[in-house]
Amino acid sequence: MSVSDCSLAELLIVACSEAWRGNGEVVATGIGPVPRLGASLAKLTHTPQLMMTDGEAFLVEEPVPIGPRGYDDRKAAGYLPFSRFFDSAVWTGRRHAMVSPTQIDRFGQTNLSYLGGTYDKPKTQMLGVRGFPGNSIYHINSMFVPFHSKRLFVEGEVDMVSSVGYNPARRLPGGNYSGVDLRVIVTNLCVMDFGGKDHAIRVLSLHPGVTIDQVREATGFDLQVDGDLPTTPLPTEEQLAIIARLDPHNHRATVIKGNPPAIAKETVA
Amino acid sequence: MSEVTFDKRMTVDEIVGQLKDGMTIGIGGWGPRRKPMALVRAILRSSLKDLTVVAYGGADIGMLCAAGKVKKAIFGFVSLDAIPLEPYFRKVREAGQLADILELDEGMLQWGLKAAAMQLPFLPTRVGLGTDVMTYGKFETVTSPYADGEVLLAMPAIKLDVALIHVHRADQRGNVQQLGPDTYYDEWFAKAAAKTYVSAEEVVERMDISYPDDVKANTFERCFVTGVVEIAQGAHPTSLPPSYGWDMGHFKAYAASAGEEGGWDKYMAEFVGPDEAHYQAAIGGAEAVAKLPLPIF
Repeated sequence: MSVSDCSLAELLIVACSEAWRGNGEVVATGIGPVPRLGASLAKLTHTPQLMMTDGEAFLVEEPVPIGPRGYDDRKAAGYLPFSRFFDSAVWTGRRHAMVSPTQIDRFGQTNLSYLGGTYDKPKTQMLGVRGFPGNSIYHINSMFVPFHSKRLFVEGEVDMVSSVGYNPARRLPGGNYSGVDLRVIVTNLCVMDFGGKDHAIRVLSLHPGVTIDQVREATGFDLQVDGDLPTTPLPTEEQLAIIARLDPHNHRATVIKGNPPAIAKETVA
Repeated sequence: MSEVTFDKRMTVDEIVGQLKDGMTIGIGGWGPRRKPMALVRAILRSSLKDLTVVAYGGADIGMLCAAGKVKKAIFGFVSLDAIPLEPYFRKVREAGQLADILELDEGMLQWGLKAAAMQLPFLPTRVGLGTDVMTYGKFETVTSPYADGEVLLAMPAIKLDVALIHVHRADQRGNVQQLGPDTYYDEWFAKAAAKTYVSAEEVVERMDISYPDDVKANTFERCFVTGVVEIAQGAHPTSLPPSYGWDMGHFKAYAASAGEEGGWDKYMAEFVGPDEAHYQAAIGGAEAVAKLPLPIF
């Protein structure tokens, strides 16, 4: 397969992997196939210092492939069960997680708890806040969004603020928010960060064939755009080979509806 | 001369007999993993009501909600992992039938249990600041008395009347051994509780005689154990590696029942039944459970 034939999912895995570049000895956690493959790719290529678990309780130096495999296939280099995970990785700030929230607002506040209705009677009950409040105030976080839309990037605030963002109105005086460090948002359309004015969300690159108008149309708030935007790079042959090894059952093909190619066949003018 | 000794063995009925309406009950394990489900089923069969349930929740919270046992839920999440949204918890929440909740960050829940274990009124943390957990939880703050003057959330102790925990092995004196990769926060549930009841796959007379080589699998001390009962497959349908994996087929049928008219009553009659022997027969017994594959993440 030539590089130009690769899938959008593969391009996204590479874009996600860049989030961890140069992070050093922190636990790289990617929740979901694309972020997880991205973290694994980062460790195997540009940032070998990254620490990583087998998805359960053990630290591994060789990233564990996703999907069915032997239960004891992984080789443990260290031990990081849930209790130590909080003590060693979260509250010491030695972690960079990439997660996929259900809603994100312009402040980088996210929601994983419920959608619509009220706290007492939600329209849709979701998981609960899980570790988002603690993660967001203690260590680096990035986000992966497989379907960039206004339902996800909401116009106002998210329905229940589950993770801390950069909303000044939510910042209790005297609190220490120095650990809040939101890095990138990788979506199926573009890569963004929080490098705009007062941490505004800023578009960094557009995926091949995507226009800035498409991105704006799919976002519920204003985005900062500085000058001409570069195109998100395609994976290299070496990266594609590593991705194929880490995902032997091709789970990546199921992440984006229809498994489209990285270079859109029909570009919207 | 006979040695003076003591014995913490109880029957399931004796354990449930110690529980009272309105109690705050902590349940060990995590989502669909290592849950004391046989003890939960015993509560389902009882007349207990108005319980406050504290857990990293899964089918334990879901089933107790379905059976109308829960007045208040304190949780960091309620999930069956592969089935992300616990079907009965979702149902009662979306119907507005469980308005009394305290939704916490997973770490805040741990902090609350630790505060209770350490007999402190609260533990300070940054976790929760800047989120709606702070708002809805009505948490207060505390200011550092030192030069930094930092304002922190004061996470109140979560004192438990009772903790329920499932382990691999226990002995008659209450020593436990938990095998498998992770034991989650079971030790903190045990220490945060006035009384802890432990179900075990196997109860031996003396751990030091039967399993001295696995002493590092002892995760909390026997002074935190009030009673033990042997219930093999007692975590089913949740997982208990390395003994057995979770029963995803069972969870799927359970989840499907939430969408059916009278689904919960049918689940109760078909599976929970009058006693654990009924349950074991309904799921195919030890042989079926032993065949459940260990989950791979």
